[in-house]
Amino acid sequence: MVEALADNLTFECETGNYHTFCPISCVAWLYQKIEDSFFLVVGTKTCGYFLQNALGVMIFAEPRYAMAELEEGDISAQLNDYKELKRLCLQIKQDRNPSVIVWIGTCTTEIIKMDLEGMAPRLEAEIGIPIVVARANGLDYAFTQGEDTVLAAMAHRCPENLNSVVVESNKRLDTNHPRGLNTKLVFPPTGESSSTPDGSTFGSQKEKTNHPPLVLFGSLPSTVTTQLNMELKRQGIEVSGWLPSQRYTDLPILSDGVYVCGVNPFLSRTATTLMRRRKCKLIGAPFPIGPDGTRAWIEKICSVFGVIPQGLEEREKKIWQGLEDYLELVRGKSVFFMGDNLLEVSLARFLVRCGMIVYEIGIPYMDKRFQAAELAFLEKTCREMDVPMPRIVEKPDNYNQIQRIRELQPDLAITGMAHANPLEARGISTKWSVEFTFAQIHGFTNARDILELVTRPLRRNQSLESLGWTKLVKSALT
Amino acid sequence: MKLAYWMYAGPAHIGTLRVASSFKNVHAIMHAPLGDDYFNVMRSMLERERDFTPVTASIVDRHVLARGSQEKVVENITRKDKEERPDLIILTPTCTSSILQEDLQNFVDRAALESDSDVLLADVNHYRVNELQAADRTLEQVVRFYIEKAKKQNDLETIKTEKPSANIIGIFTLGFHNQHDSRELKRLLNDLGIEVNEIIPEGGSVTNLKKLPKAWFNFIPYREVGLMAANYLEKELNMPYVSTTPMGVVDTAVCIREIEKILKNISLNNLSGQQDSKKTFDDTLDNFHEVRKLSSNQNSESSFDFEEYIDQQSRFVSQAAWFSRSIDCQNLTGKKAIVFGDATHAASMTKILAREMGIRVSCAGTYCKHDADWFREQVQGFCDEVLITDDHTQVGDMIARIEPAAIFGTQMERHIGKRLDIPCGVISAPVHIQNFPLGYRPFLGYEGTNQIADLVYNSFTLGMEDHLLEIFGGHDTKEVITKSLSTDSTFSWATDGLAELNKIPGFVRGKIKRNTEKFARENGITEITVEVMYAAKEAAGA
Repeated sequence: MVEALADNLTFECETGNYHTFCPISCVAWLYQKIEDSFFLVVGTKTCGYFLQNALGVMIFAEPRYAMAELEEGDISAQLNDYKELKRLCLQIKQDRNPSVIVWIGTCTTEIIKMDLEGMAPRLEAEIGIPIVVARANGLDYAFTQGEDTVLAAMAHRCPENLNSVVVESNKRLDTNHPRGLNTKLVFPPTGESSSTPDGSTFGSQKEKTNHPPLVLFGSLPSTVTTQLNMELKRQGIEVSGWLPSQRYTDLPILSDGVYVCGVNPFLSRTATTLMRRRKCKLIGAPFPIGPDGTRAWIEKICSVFGVIPQGLEEREKKIWQGLEDYLELVRGKSVFFMGDNLLEVSLARFLVRCGMIVYEIGIPYMDKRFQAAELAFLEKTCREMDVPMPRIVEKPDNYNQIQRIRELQPDLAITGMAHANPLEARGISTKWSVEFTFAQIHGFTNARDILELVTRPLRRNQSLESLGWTKLVKSALT
Repeated sequence: MKLAYWMYAGPAHIGTLRVASSFKNVHAIMHAPLGDDYFNVMRSMLERERDFTPVTASIVDRHVLARGSQEKVVENITRKDKEERPDLIILTPTCTSSILQEDLQNFVDRAALESDSDVLLADVNHYRVNELQAADRTLEQVVRFYIEKAKKQNDLETIKTEKPSANIIGIFTLGFHNQHDSRELKRLLNDLGIEVNEIIPEGGSVTNLKKLPKAWFNFIPYREVGLMAANYLEKELNMPYVSTTPMGVVDTAVCIREIEKILKNISLNNLSGQQDSKKTFDDTLDNFHEVRKLSSNQNSESSFDFEEYIDQQSRFVSQAAWFSRSIDCQNLTGKKAIVFGDATHAASMTKILAREMGIRVSCAGTYCKHDADWFREQVQGFCDEVLITDDHTQVGDMIARIEPAAIFGTQMERHIGKRLDIPCGVISAPVHIQNFPLGYRPFLGYEGTNQIADLVYNSFTLGMEDHLLEIFGGHDTKEVITKSLSTDSTFSWATDGLAELNKIPGFVRGKIKRNTEKFARENGITEITVEVMYAAKEAAGA
């Protein structure tokens, strides 16, 4: 049963026949994050049907996204795609007047080779609204990687310096938010502490240190960004901006010498773009998921800026103490990640620290360079907790995984909705993986939320324990 | 290109998958990019399915784009053949993969040689048909395949059953209350002394399709899926079919009488066959006569007289006929309603409301554009206007304009109703998880009429109670009083005008507001005060 577990992290790659969400699902959270945006998904009925069903109730709230549904004439090029897109974008401009339109390229636009990147600048000049093109398609990417493609595209739009901002805001006189004003607020002049630390609610707050500008990338709910900003501020580190920002017009300034750090494990393209195209310096750290991850993340940033972190150890300890009731439930239990959203390594590392045994980490795509610090941290955590190293399975094969789950009988399978009910009917407790992408799981404050999710099936099991109906298929586990 | 936020019917491959995964031991393989297997999530969630959905994807990725699928599809088919040993594997293209124009038929032919399962390629154009049309086609394709196969192998079971029997065609997964309807139809047929031969596709086995001809007739409860298969069986095997949806008291009776007619016809043929055995009939009938002779002595036309059953059921088993006479229903007389949904349910519902409950259907509509003519013909004389569209904003605007007392529609109309404060009963797909109830909720047959009566009555009373509460000031005053989806009003309402408007009962408030604004517009008034309101009322002469 434990033959699958080795002393070192092992990496495998299977067939890629697994279930995950299409990367266009990123519009669901990105349109809410970037308040003045409009997402136009250029694709077919299939894409639309997916969005409509995956996003459920949100569709009824007049969302700021829509499908540009391709018809037969578009596929066979009887219609001029430039004219068609222009017509739709003008309509969007008239109805919603967004500050940016994001075109999401799909599998179909890839296959018919629609030149979205070529058309966007022309149309942008013509209609006066920036158009960002992201190819978030199922041919190349899985689920959360959709956000990666959008942010990588958006990284090109971040102003280089204040001068370029002025130029660009002059170019676009129609916007209500001249960028120069806003960016000044979020970006203090480099190498100079602008003022005394503000917001004196935190007594332990340190005097602000002189450090180069730091921009964090990854889309998080604004409460979570505030929490992470605060955590860093306590160490005297000022976050000069986020990619993405709450509004497109407030994108952070990126240039040579700006330090960047990711908050999510699926942002490798964005990281690459920031390093290569915007000449930023990447801080490779574990991700701030779980109190252990959050501390390691802050420590890494501090070490880069030569700051000695203070009070972190106690803070982490205190958070762990607060989790004790949940930790009791998970200790010694085993977990199997089928893999679909790239958060798996960080979550597994946190759960190992919580005292769980991880059998397998399925993951759609493993960027060993971007996740290097996280992988090292996982390995270290396993050694410290004295549990076997999990196997990491890239591009997993769901059919084979189900066989392994049957063999291993884990206490918890973290899996997609396609497999959750059938596994439950066979007596395997499951947690729906997508909830981890929509819940608030970053920073010290939200560690409880992760465990709240992880323990939910375990708590349910406790309350239904005496009923004795665990296997509810006639041929249970054949 | 079309700017779209929402669609009523899904893409074609969903229809194919619904048919495939309804059959027992049939596996579908989608030729699709990563993420297109969303169907599995829907089935697992909405139907709360305990078993793994028998659908896998043969992933189309960057490599496939560059070099073609090559061995991948064939390997995936033969692998599934070994893993699951299904009777049939259906290869399903998606809109994306169908533009690649790979020779999928070739893959299917090659895989069929290597596997024990039968292998079929779903014959569906993804840019021309929707989910429902594709389901219809796929079902016909599967039926045809197995009938032809049986003919070739000479094991088509053409001998009719001894007792009258029927195939129920078109019950399938993710269908609106299909499971409950199926149970109710079985009960109905059982009451009539008719055996159920096969139910397809739900729970049916493809290896049993060769037994389809044993039934005396086919029963197609839903307009959308099953007609193509029924037509094929009629042409090929001379099987009659009934396609009247037994929804509502009147149509259930019509449906039963149609069944009666078919049974009588068959037994008449049977009698004449006995008298003149030299007369040549086709094989089917010959075989059928052989069997019928054995039991024909006591079998006369009178055993197929269902009038008394219809009368009993309509008057006493179903409560709907009584309900429409009761005081409750009297109060619904002339109330305005709007109906929108798939062709079957919207047409039946329109007829029930207008004919059986005396409710005024201001507009009846369907998103089944391909079936518009049939729909118009069905609802003619039962509604004021007909709306054929698959654009939900049109439906929304129509509802806002008509301001009905209740809506009967899909989940989309339910949400429109929420915004406009109009109650809505859901009568058709597309649906949410709450439309897959655990309790017994058929829409068809006599129990179905009870369910529908409850649904209608509850929708209206909820609305009435709401208004009564408002009249007597039971609710907090709501600030938002706009009753249209697309607001272009340039008027400002003075606080006293607004207060007065809020005193007016909800069900007429919209009308008064509009009339007042119309009056203001005509008279160039920009701020609406109490005085303006009353002036408008006087001008309107009401």
